[in-house]
Amino acid sequence: MYDTGKILIGVAIFLIIAIFPFLLGVGDSSQAPHPVVLKAAGEQCIESAAYMRANHMQMLDQWRDDVVRNNDRTYTNTSGKTFTKSLSNTCMDCHSNKKEFCDSCHDYSSVRPYCWECHVEPKETN
Amino acid sequence: MEESRRDFLKKAGMGSLIGLGVFKTLDKIGVEDAFASSTKEGTSGTRLGLVVDARKCKAGCTECINACHAIHNVPKFEDPKDEVKWIWKDGYHNVFPSKSGQFIDDETKEKPFMALCNHCEDPPCVRVCPTKATFKREDGIVLMDFHRCIGCRFCMAACPYGSRSFNWNNPRQKDGNKLVGGKDIDPSFPTRERGVVEKCNLCAERLAKNLIPACVEACPEGALVFGDLNNPNSKIRQILKSNHSIQRKPELGTGPSVFYIV
Repeated sequence: MYDTGKILIGVAIFLIIAIFPFLLGVGDSSQAPHPVVLKAAGEQCIESAAYMRANHMQMLDQWRDDVVRNNDRTYTNTSGKTFTKSLSNTCMDCHSNKKEFCDSCHDYSSVRPYCWECHVEPKETN
Repeated sequence: MEESRRDFLKKAGMGSLIGLGVFKTLDKIGVEDAFASSTKEGTSGTRLGLVVDARKCKAGCTECINACHAIHNVPKFEDPKDEVKWIWKDGYHNVFPSKSGQFIDDETKEKPFMALCNHCEDPPCVRVCPTKATFKREDGIVLMDFHRCIGCRFCMAACPYGSRSFNWNNPRQKDGNKLVGGKDIDPSFPTRERGVVEKCNLCAERLAKNLIPACVEACPEGALVFGDLNNPNSKIRQILKSNHSIQRKPELGTGPSVFYIV
């Protein structure tokens, strides 16, 4: 076999580069970063926070079909209260900071919803 | 009695002919009945429409356009090729190209005619849309679901009235806070994005709040009247009853719901 030494050196360099990030983190037991979600202005969301966290995408998807295609613009929540089905005009009334409410989580989970290409985000007040 | 094969076939043939004839007739009666007793679209029996009284429309006035374009975030592009419009002004020749234009009187020639989506009874744009982004509501409004529009522009080719505009560019300015043309964005209504077709929605979002369309409300002359064309007691029908009205290109069979009093 030719050039065994050179090959071994090359492999060693490759391995060092490959495991470099892990070597850097040895002994560092800090938590994985978590997105910070801003608390909303209102007292109570239309459904429980856990439900909204898990299902807001399906809900918004359902809402847009209901509103645009079926002209059904009122949402009745589990406790019987009614709301207008609108992202810009209902959700964003309380969750008025898109950057710290929507984006922080969406960036973290690497999802890119295109709501805001058309819908207008509220002007930042704080 | 002995029957020849030939006679048997003759009788059988006659019998089946009579049978077919009866069914055909029944069929026809049934179909005609269905047409007579129901309206063409939907079950609600409503057909929303507009009357444009061009006699009252003033030449320099753009109130209806301003109101509509402001609440619907319609941008204003410099290049006419990029133009986006929901309601606009045009001359008699352009709005009614199939009417005779020979020796036309000066008043008609110079009068502005408001053009907008006709919310047709049989809309060709709906027929051609491959994603069903354009659809006809039960109350007669031809509506667009911008979420579903893929920008193929079949509807623009199909619409004989030029009522549809394509967003060749982003309707928002680069910093995102204003519309192209400098107007502020109304946050209660979405803008569109590049690559989407748009048109008049007969203010579906206002009708949901029991408001009349913005153009009708804004007109200082009362030249626009909104109402249910299927209700013989509605104001719009009363006006149509007592005035001669025309539609745009009725010969195409689209059944426009916008009527003009010239």
